[in-house]
Amino acid sequence: MEFTDEQVQRYSRHIILPEVGGKGQKKLLAAKVFLVGAGGLGCPVGYYLAAAGVGTLGIVDDDIVELSNLQRQIAHNTKRVGMPKVESAKKTFEALNPDVKVNAMKGRLTKDNILDIIKDYDIVVDGSDNFPTRYLVNDACVMLKKPLVSGAILRFEGQVTTLLPHDGHCYRCLFEAPPPPGLVPSCQEAGVLGVLPGVIGALEATEVLKLILGRGDVLKNTLLIYDALKASFRRVKVPRNPDCPICGAHPAITKLEDYDAGYCQLGG
Amino acid sequence: MKEKAPDKKIDIRGLVCPYTFVKAKLAIEDMEVGQVLEIVLDYPEAVSNIPKSMQDHGQAVLKVEQSGGKDWIITVRKEKD
Repeated sequence: MEFTDEQVQRYSRHIILPEVGGKGQKKLLAAKVFLVGAGGLGCPVGYYLAAAGVGTLGIVDDDIVELSNLQRQIAHNTKRVGMPKVESAKKTFEALNPDVKVNAMKGRLTKDNILDIIKDYDIVVDGSDNFPTRYLVNDACVMLKKPLVSGAILRFEGQVTTLLPHDGHCYRCLFEAPPPPGLVPSCQEAGVLGVLPGVIGALEATEVLKLILGRGDVLKNTLLIYDALKASFRRVKVPRNPDCPICGAHPAITKLEDYDAGYCQLGG
Repeated sequence: MKEKAPDKKIDIRGLVCPYTFVKAKLAIEDMEVGQVLEIVLDYPEAVSNIPKSMQDHGQAVLKVEQSGGKDWIITVRKEKD
């Protein structure tokens, strides 16, 4: 493909970078990224990926926009309260960049639909707010050998890691099983600084762009932890677990499971 | 020795920075190492900026010359993919 004059202008600051260039920009336009969640993390991740010209964004979320979301979920706005989040996000991202096609899916990922939904995407980004989805997405990505960029936020602290199944660690190498319901508070119970998902989401989007471009180092075998109050970043090494129940040598988990029972279903 | 004819020519008269370099870079990306690109331009700042940026990106600037009036010609040999 040849760039249009508009594209040359829109992506000029990428094209100038030796690490991106016209070739890299074409990779971005051809890339397909799936976002789990259109909330605190999904909004900035999708916003920046759309701005960067990632050509296809898939996005799933079951919620509708509420006023309490707008303190941090920057793709939505006051007029859209009551609108499905995926619809609001699609409007925002496509308005920012008409080169981007957004496939919006209002609903929940389950063990029965996830493999089919994510199979045509190159990279998955987890911005979900609950452990059942987090483990389901991890297990599905391990099974499909799909790169997964995972982010999480609570109060003033966030974390990011990049999972390259069967190459680096997976989520279960880090935390083998979901914590029991009620042990870890949600954003709803504990609060979150509104800008925090912006920081963590921007880091997730950066990981995605590097994966697509094949440039730089990603957070493979590494958990990056950001403390907003201390203004500090910490890197924690996460080795692959040879006995990991899903990506280890003798996996105990061979099919997907829904862990819904007992978990709060409210959005963060 | 006779100068090698350029393998590709682009006319970016009327364009300003940074699009002058963006266009030149896109043109050279599509060429083979060893090939020569001739750029015709008329934006004064780009006359110094394009050669500098090309060198920063590892390409060889062969010639920068005024070709009459406000037009300049820059020739660059691709050294690096």
